[in-house]
Amino acid sequence: MSDFDSGFWSIYVQGLTALSILFCAYILYANTIKKESGPVETHGNVWDEDLAEYNNPLPSWWMWLFWITIVFSVVYLAVYPGFGNNAGVFKWSSVESAPGEKDGQYYKEMRAADQKYGPIFEKYAKMDLKAVAADPEARAMGERLFLTYCAQCHGSAAQGAKGFPNLTDSDWLYGGEPEVIKTTITGGRNGVMPPFGHLGADTIKDVANYVRSLSGLANDGLRAQRGKDVFAQNCAACHGPEGKGMFALGAPNLTDKVWLYGSSEATIAETVTGGRSNRMPAFEEFLGDAKVHLLSAYVLGLSSGAK
Amino acid sequence: MSTQATYNYKVVRQFSVMTVIWGIVGMLVGVIIAAQLVWPELNFVEWLSYGRLRPLHTNAVIFAFGGSALFATSYYVVQRTCHVRLFSDALAAFTFWGWQVVIVLAAITLPLGYTAAKEYAELEWPIDILITLVWVAYAINFFGTIAKRKTPHIYVANWFFGAYILTVALLHLVNSAEIPVSFWPMKSYSAYAGVQDAMVQWWYGHNAVGFFLTAGFLGMMYYFVPKQAERPVYSYRLSVVHFWALIFTYMWAGPHHLHYTALPDWTQSVGMIFSLILLAPSWGGMINGIMTLSGAWHKLRTDPILKFLITSLSFYGMSTFEGPMMSIKTVNALSHYTDWTVGHVHSGALGWVAMISIGSIYYLIPRLFGQKEMFSTKLITLHFWIATLGVVLYIAAMWIAGVMQGLMWRATNPDGTLTYSFVESVKATYPFYSIRLLGGVMFLAGMGIMLYNVLKTIAGRKAYDAPVLAPIAAQAA
Repeated sequence: MSDFDSGFWSIYVQGLTALSILFCAYILYANTIKKESGPVETHGNVWDEDLAEYNNPLPSWWMWLFWITIVFSVVYLAVYPGFGNNAGVFKWSSVESAPGEKDGQYYKEMRAADQKYGPIFEKYAKMDLKAVAADPEARAMGERLFLTYCAQCHGSAAQGAKGFPNLTDSDWLYGGEPEVIKTTITGGRNGVMPPFGHLGADTIKDVANYVRSLSGLANDGLRAQRGKDVFAQNCAACHGPEGKGMFALGAPNLTDKVWLYGSSEATIAETVTGGRSNRMPAFEEFLGDAKVHLLSAYVLGLSSGAK
Repeated sequence: MSTQATYNYKVVRQFSVMTVIWGIVGMLVGVIIAAQLVWPELNFVEWLSYGRLRPLHTNAVIFAFGGSALFATSYYVVQRTCHVRLFSDALAAFTFWGWQVVIVLAAITLPLGYTAAKEYAELEWPIDILITLVWVAYAINFFGTIAKRKTPHIYVANWFFGAYILTVALLHLVNSAEIPVSFWPMKSYSAYAGVQDAMVQWWYGHNAVGFFLTAGFLGMMYYFVPKQAERPVYSYRLSVVHFWALIFTYMWAGPHHLHYTALPDWTQSVGMIFSLILLAPSWGGMINGIMTLSGAWHKLRTDPILKFLITSLSFYGMSTFEGPMMSIKTVNALSHYTDWTVGHVHSGALGWVAMISIGSIYYLIPRLFGQKEMFSTKLITLHFWIATLGVVLYIAAMWIAGVMQGLMWRATNPDGTLTYSFVESVKATYPFYSIRLLGGVMFLAGMGIMLYNVLKTIAGRKAYDAPVLAPIAAQAA
């Protein structure tokens, strides 16, 4: 096994393990005496005026308890891995008995679960996403998956949070087409906005006011006017000349009153100054295509009038 | 030897009084974090947030409260049973003031967020060095006193105190091995990495339970139970067997904290079987304590100090049965990461460690101030009942919560998906957090009663240092 980098350490551990168990057995055996008739005496030593000790024999039920645990341990070490690199009679392992051997308890349980539950999910895997989204039973399964794997970030009602998109508002960073949603869940997304701190605080304030003006929020007209040019030179490449965003880059639409990090002048200035780096993890390897398919349909259903 | 020679009671007095003070501080912090679980809005400022106060709570109750109780009782017991004054008064004073500085530094740095991120060993490297110095002074003083004893045999309580002092030194040095990065802000990195770091941490963590919180307090038990019961210890033979078996097997038990993790299978198995073997040696201590009372059971009715001592042994027996059961992998698969663990720890910490310390301190305080008994026996009785009820409420709430969480986390629907999301299990735990808070408040209230009783007992009294007694000549066995 790969747990030891040389045979020596296995023998070392075996020696210590055996020594510790044998020591317990020895000290128990060596102190086993029969109860003598007559009153029990103290052994003679006295400390601090009146501290003395009787020498009663070990309670027999207690000795039995001790022996049982010792015997159980020896048997356990014989059948399960535990005595150095000895694999044990049962050849059990938690993950793999040797590198690459997918024969441990984890793999066995996962295979059993795939066999048992796989067909339930496969049934929907070949169906069109829109059809799955319309199926009430599939939606219930999708919701359970969502609550287990997605709710931590997107919220239990998929309402989102600061930095985590709301999935119920029909507003999309990468696009809301069924296949695009599935691509997002399958491969994850890396949303990166570069920092623009080099523009200087005052200029950033101008841009922030212009961005606010795009969605009709209160703004300083003079600053917004000045910010317009800065926007065209620095921001339009991703967010578009009108600030309507770009699905291909995940660049948000700035005109739709939906804000991922917040709409105050200070928050927008913070976003522009430091940039933003955001990530949605990829789920295909973890959940498999069938579950991702079901989840995609569930998310699609959240905002396509299915609610 | 001059007849004027006295025992060094000064250091015992200092540590005894601080046991009560730190007990109140540590348990108050515990009550605050229990309240934060009920009302999360109490996390209103980062220094007093749950994540920073939790290590302060554990450090304060284990090392400030429990540590002071161990210093007080071990210094008292080793002098009285060796029939000599402490090896060095200067080292005794150094251990007292050094330990207090460690505690105050912990109370400052942990809320500020300085942490080595190792459970029960969070203090950063400069404080670790101070702990080492204090501990070496403690060991020299303790074993120096043993070396100049006037009795042929070393009393059993001192075996346990000695084992605890030696092992805690070893545990602290190995687990706190770290590479300092800067002095201020204090920062260091562990000398170990990955699963080895986790294994060293839990080798430390479980032996902190085994040697600090068990062996040390068994030393306390072996003096104060026979003294208060005025009966000989039940069985010398049993004390020999359970002492050696205990210290031989505890060292192995740490891996049961890492079941079903990246720790190799063999290590998990070895941790589990030695945890099971530990059951009988642990119970040996309980039997020896409780059976010492045989022939004097009637004293339990009237003596609340004895009530504390014997009840603590019952909780000790209960949690040392529960521990081996929880170390079985099948049981652990249900109990791990739930509040069951929290309940288990507190049945040991409140039921065993705190109650035996409280009983011992009630025994000590009058004797350290030349009194026959505490100011009020009725208040000790009241303290006993409020504390016992508090522990029972606490652990019952956490048992139910823990088993419920474990069952909810593993429940699946017919399609294999989880029946409950994590937050649903949090919501279901909510009422039990309130009951736990109530139990904690009751235990803390008991400590308040104790403080009042202690202050009334020592107010206006002069410190008293008892003369060193000549040992009674050993009779032929």
